[in-house]
Amino acid sequence: MRWITPRELSSRGMLNMNRRNVDYIARYNERHAYPLVDNKLKTKLVAAEYDVASPKLMQVVAQQHEISHFRERVENMSGFAIKPAKGSGGKGIMVITHREDDLFIKASGVAVTIGALERHLTNILAGLYSLGGTPDVAIIEDLIQCSSSLTDYSFQGVPDIRIVVFKGYPVMAMLRLATKASDGKANLHQGAIGVGIDIATGESLNAVQYNRPVTVHPDTNLSLKHIRVQDWHTMLLMASRCYEATGLGYMGADLVLDETKGPILLELNARPGLAIQMANGKGLLPRLRHVEGIKRPHLTPEARVEYAMSRFNHTNSQFADSRTTKASA
Amino acid sequence: MKSRYPFYAAVLLLIFAGLGLSMLRHFELGIPWLPGEQRPVWMIEARVDFEAKGDPVLISMNLPDEPPGFRVLSEQAASPGYGFSIVQDEGDRRAEWSIRSATGEQTLYYKAQFIPDPDAKPTPPQKPPVPETVYWEEPQQTAATEVLELAAAKSSTPESMTRELIKLLDSADPNQNTALLMAGTNRVELLERLLNYAEIPARISEGIMLEDARRRQSLRPFLEIYDGEQWLTFNPQNGQQGLPENVLLWSRETSSLLDAMGADQSVVSFAMLRQTVPALQLSRAEAMQNGLGFLSLYQLPIEEQSMFKMLLLLPLGAFVVAFMRIIVGIRTSGTFMPVLIAVAFLQTSLGPGLVTFISVVAIGLLLRGYLSSLNLLLVSRIATLIILVIFMSTAISIVGYQMGFNTGMTVTFFPMVILAWTIERMSILWEEEGPHEVVVQGAGSLFVAILAYLLMTVPIASHLTFNFPELHLVLLAVILIMGQYTGYKLSELRRFHPMKDYD
Repeated sequence: MRWITPRELSSRGMLNMNRRNVDYIARYNERHAYPLVDNKLKTKLVAAEYDVASPKLMQVVAQQHEISHFRERVENMSGFAIKPAKGSGGKGIMVITHREDDLFIKASGVAVTIGALERHLTNILAGLYSLGGTPDVAIIEDLIQCSSSLTDYSFQGVPDIRIVVFKGYPVMAMLRLATKASDGKANLHQGAIGVGIDIATGESLNAVQYNRPVTVHPDTNLSLKHIRVQDWHTMLLMASRCYEATGLGYMGADLVLDETKGPILLELNARPGLAIQMANGKGLLPRLRHVEGIKRPHLTPEARVEYAMSRFNHTNSQFADSRTTKASA
Repeated sequence: MKSRYPFYAAVLLLIFAGLGLSMLRHFELGIPWLPGEQRPVWMIEARVDFEAKGDPVLISMNLPDEPPGFRVLSEQAASPGYGFSIVQDEGDRRAEWSIRSATGEQTLYYKAQFIPDPDAKPTPPQKPPVPETVYWEEPQQTAATEVLELAAAKSSTPESMTRELIKLLDSADPNQNTALLMAGTNRVELLERLLNYAEIPARISEGIMLEDARRRQSLRPFLEIYDGEQWLTFNPQNGQQGLPENVLLWSRETSSLLDAMGADQSVVSFAMLRQTVPALQLSRAEAMQNGLGFLSLYQLPIEEQSMFKMLLLLPLGAFVVAFMRIIVGIRTSGTFMPVLIAVAFLQTSLGPGLVTFISVVAIGLLLRGYLSSLNLLLVSRIATLIILVIFMSTAISIVGYQMGFNTGMTVTFFPMVILAWTIERMSILWEEEGPHEVVVQGAGSLFVAILAYLLMTVPIASHLTFNFPELHLVLLAVILIMGQYTGYKLSELRRFHPMKDYD
């Protein structure tokens, strides 16, 4: 068993679960704004108002009897994604990449029948994947054609980019790459790879799998050293705009890079996880405290992104070594 | 940022209220901190023997009334055929037995239990007693005056006066005066007369020496004088002031110990026994009379009491869950499911409980695997699971019983709906996150449940939670404080350890 002392953790500015919940989520996230992010349908609508693109909505299945319509309408669709509107942590998302005769092929390559899809929809409606088990609706979205600059790194699945936005300032980011172990899902605790991304440049920093540093992708054998995310500035801008859209002070924005449409917002998360710190090899606290200490907050997303890119770069000694900042929360 | 002071003040208030109330109840009601604490109790039996002559009989016996240093726990009379009542007559408490007609040897019993309590003091008299008027004949008149003058010369207070008098009567070579006074009368009576003559209210009380398992004891006289505030006791034999711990003053302010009408040769004798009674039982019996008694659960019917005993253990379980999740960081399936499992363990005991729980959940997971292919709606799937869980429990009970294990039947104590939900959640976890996560969360839940169970089964835990329910305020305060904990969880110290590599 290997351990780290609390002193070492706090000298690295590591944000922990309890502090995140008490000092950030509870303090900066208004309860009434949660449904905006917990319901993907609402997120879509509010994001559209703020010029944040999200996957094209194909269909909404809200009632059990509508499932029969799904069968008809799915006839002329090749690739799509079924998502529970209130699902969290990627639960209940089923991605169909293409069809072979009557069979639907999932991103993992497994073929499923239309019956399995309908059962999945039924489960979603009954609230199996929703927070608190409340009845839910299923949304069917257009498939994202992920930018080839990133797909190569990922084993199946769509690599997505998580940006933690604090009071509208993008403070930390990571790229999540699916692996064989994670079954094509971009969930870190299932074995996906997290690659820290420098806010200033959009270039990769460190990478971790199962919380351990890695340098190459175990399935694709590509080096994770010099990844560069395209359209980085746009992505930061979109993430920052979500602050105005939702009013949530502390959230995680999950974006993907579409081959043709550019950055697309997948979902927002009012309780972003802590693993992003491992991928960056850095604690969040110094940056969060820096943002809390800004006397005159920047009013526009552009100004905030500008400020964040100038401050939160990887080489900035102030945030590279947080031992000097001991501000109180 | 909101000020935290009101919060911490409230937490402190809760702690103080909880501790203060329990202290108060401990000291006022004598509820023991520890279970199984024993207290000595003296059982004293007064036996009245007499010969009835066929006439109506009325026996009246003096009863102890607020004896100093003791509290009366219970009293009862055994007297076949006799009417019995306790009458309070001008500070004189008496037991009265009556019968229309009786003949021959008769025996009446009165039993009382006394708890030694150094703090028990009789209520002071409402108006100060006045000394009795004493008449002497010559030459005693002169002798008494001289003896009193002698004693008064060496004393300043009623107590010292009494001590000096006893010393004078005790002295090895009595002078003429004391010898004259002592002739033909006993010392206690003489002392009483002398003191009253000296304008010091004095009286003779009678007490029992408490010795374990003594029978046929009689009362011994003690001298009591009034010093202007309270009655003080003296041993007339050696002049020792104060009441020995092992003496119970049976009759104090009374004219006679026993009055008998229609009876001959009436005689009182005492027998006594030292018993030990659980301190808890004592305070329960006394709680009824005490003003603080309403705060306790002892007044409730026994069935409700045992229900509360269980209910009041739940906060401990909730506390364990909060601690394990906030401070240690153990993942459990369902936040408070472990508490319910722990409560079920309380009924089944740990070993059989674990076996039945794991077997029901394991079989349930297998059946759930089949259910998932049936494409059911969630609600009906859970409903199906509930019914299946009940079938499984029944089967386990029957099979266990046939095989000679009565413990199999305890499966009914598990909350069936909770079991069904657990199976459902575990099954989904299996499908989504794989068996590893199922094992992690299942083991975490069971671990927390076992911890909560172990804490709940500590005898002192159930003793304190039930007898000092106000201690839950302290628990509440601790849980509130824990809700403020923003430090690292124990599990995070492990989770984040690769951060060491970035330097």
